[in-house]
Amino acid sequence: MGTKGINNRRKFFKASAAIIGGSIAMSIMKPFELMAQKKDESENIETDKLPLWGMGVDIERCVGCGKCAEACKIENDVPKEPFYFRTWVEQYTVKKDGEVKIESPNGGIGGLKQSVPDDDIFKSFMVPKLCNHCTNAPCVQACPVGATYISPEGVVLVDDSYCIGCSYCIQACPYGARFMNPFTKVADKCTFCYHRISDGLQPACVEVCPTDARIFGDLHDKKSDLVKFLQKNPTEVLKPHLNTKSRVFYNGLSSEVR
Amino acid sequence: MEEHFQHLYQALSQVDGYIYPNEIDLHWGLMIVLYPYITGLVAGAFILASLERVFHVKVLKPTYGIALLTALAFLAVATMPLVSHLQHPLRSYEIFMTPNSTSAMAIFGFVYLWYLMAVLLLEIWFDYRRDFVIWSKTSTGFKKIFYKLITLGINDTDEKSAKLDDRLGYFITVVGIPSAFLLHGYVGFIFGSIKANPWWSTVLMPIIFLFSAMVSGVALVMLIYMVVSWIRKVEIDMKCLDTIAKYLFYILLIDFVLESLDQIHRIYEAEESFDIIKVLVNGKLYITLVLMQWGIGTWIPLGVIGLFQFYKPSEKIKKAAYFIVGIFVLVGIFFMRWNIVIGGQLFSKSLSGFTTFTAVYSGMEGYLMAAVWLIIPLFILAFLLWLMPPWKKISYQE
Repeated sequence: MGTKGINNRRKFFKASAAIIGGSIAMSIMKPFELMAQKKDESENIETDKLPLWGMGVDIERCVGCGKCAEACKIENDVPKEPFYFRTWVEQYTVKKDGEVKIESPNGGIGGLKQSVPDDDIFKSFMVPKLCNHCTNAPCVQACPVGATYISPEGVVLVDDSYCIGCSYCIQACPYGARFMNPFTKVADKCTFCYHRISDGLQPACVEVCPTDARIFGDLHDKKSDLVKFLQKNPTEVLKPHLNTKSRVFYNGLSSEVR
Repeated sequence: MEEHFQHLYQALSQVDGYIYPNEIDLHWGLMIVLYPYITGLVAGAFILASLERVFHVKVLKPTYGIALLTALAFLAVATMPLVSHLQHPLRSYEIFMTPNSTSAMAIFGFVYLWYLMAVLLLEIWFDYRRDFVIWSKTSTGFKKIFYKLITLGINDTDEKSAKLDDRLGYFITVVGIPSAFLLHGYVGFIFGSIKANPWWSTVLMPIIFLFSAMVSGVALVMLIYMVVSWIRKVEIDMKCLDTIAKYLFYILLIDFVLESLDQIHRIYEAEESFDIIKVLVNGKLYITLVLMQWGIGTWIPLGVIGLFQFYKPSEKIKKAAYFIVGIFVLVGIFFMRWNIVIGGQLFSKSLSGFTTFTAVYSGMEGYLMAAVWLIIPLFILAFLLWLMPPWKKISYQE
């Protein structure tokens, strides 16, 4: 009886071990991933021959008209409510007493107006913000299912049909560049207007900027406007201490900006 | 949808300073507060059970079975707040199908499954297998069918099989302790690894979560043991209760020291984020952190149990005090989770302003739903205690 029992249990253990081991092996080998994500296709692409998209922002040129934020909302069907932005413009005002006032009503759409009396202003400037398309993107690292990823051209994208809507990527983004789209119920963010740049067009925000404060281009192409902008100007990225290796570069970035 | 927008417009009007426009909507609400809370109760209850089993703290024997079943009851719902908070809950299985190996959240799914399947269920099964066989012969109806099925066809009741069960159960408990540590330490890592958020990003987070988990689990088992004894009209084993309280005291003390260390470190280093965190702690988190988490959840329990080490009141007073202390600790740890999850989202990553959290009563993220997820495990536990009462187990020696 006892030996039989032990044999029974041995069988039970074998079966349990097979099920647990099998499940772990299945997860490690990810047999479904090929079907779901077709990762192998992108891995075969020679990324050297593809562009590497980035953006330059010239703070000295931005006038805070907010046309970029408005064009982005129209182009990308971003909800009109003032809680959802793929790009926005911040107005910084450093007062003479040292206090820093930051404003961005409705993301700057409709134009930013100075609320501090002229006599109190030490300096003031506008800072357009968007997804920084980080090389070491914390959002991509955090996404539990791999729904957010970096395209071979260096653009951080979200697969709408795959995102589970956990918001972990939103928590992980240091720049506040992501939001939960209330209609699609997936994480939403700037794509550099991927549908436009894939057709050789400029992103909508760049297209409409009246002062050429945004410079979009290929970081691999030494003759591109972006590379020339980076050569001519001392540029900086936002929150460099976080080592995200951002691909949005700012000229004239003041230390008050975060 | 309109209601959600109204809610956000209201939040927008209450913004203090500057926050990034996408930050007005708090993405993690009450459900994500509950998730580490419930997971912590599981890990804590299991570790208390392990003390008896692995470290032979015999005086804790009356709570062993209760602790294991409590862990199972809460583990059964641990992922439910998480799944119900997802915008696409039906896609949640993707975490197991195509996990992103660099994501802390994805790996949690596997840690959870490992703990549930390989540790807790197996340990309970080995602990009860022989009783299932015996009970299946004496009971009728649903119970009989359940006992018969759950034996998985292994019907030995002799000494050899009992010893084998015990050995295997012991082995699983030994594996189970690091697993329980992993389970809750890992939950801490989900927050601690977010470098974008200075309130979360501390290397101490996993270990703080672990100790707070033990604190809450031990307090919960203590309360449940008292309540179950009252319902069963049996005498509470005061030695057992005193020992649990003593463990609670030591673990709570370690937990408090760790958290203080974290705070002192922040204050002394006073990094870029310090200014806003100082305002957060003294302002929006004052009631939930200083009053609820530290005052009610830590200082009062430490004071009361500490006092009992010198001053010995009557059993009646002690029981009442332990009961209140247990509730205070559970409330305190709930607010610890609150302060982490909600507190970490109240200030902007621009470090220049605050948003507000207004909880709702109804809906998937509301108070009512939160209460449901906290009450369901108690019903599951009641059912488990009815189905497999630890006090009716028959040890081989008898």
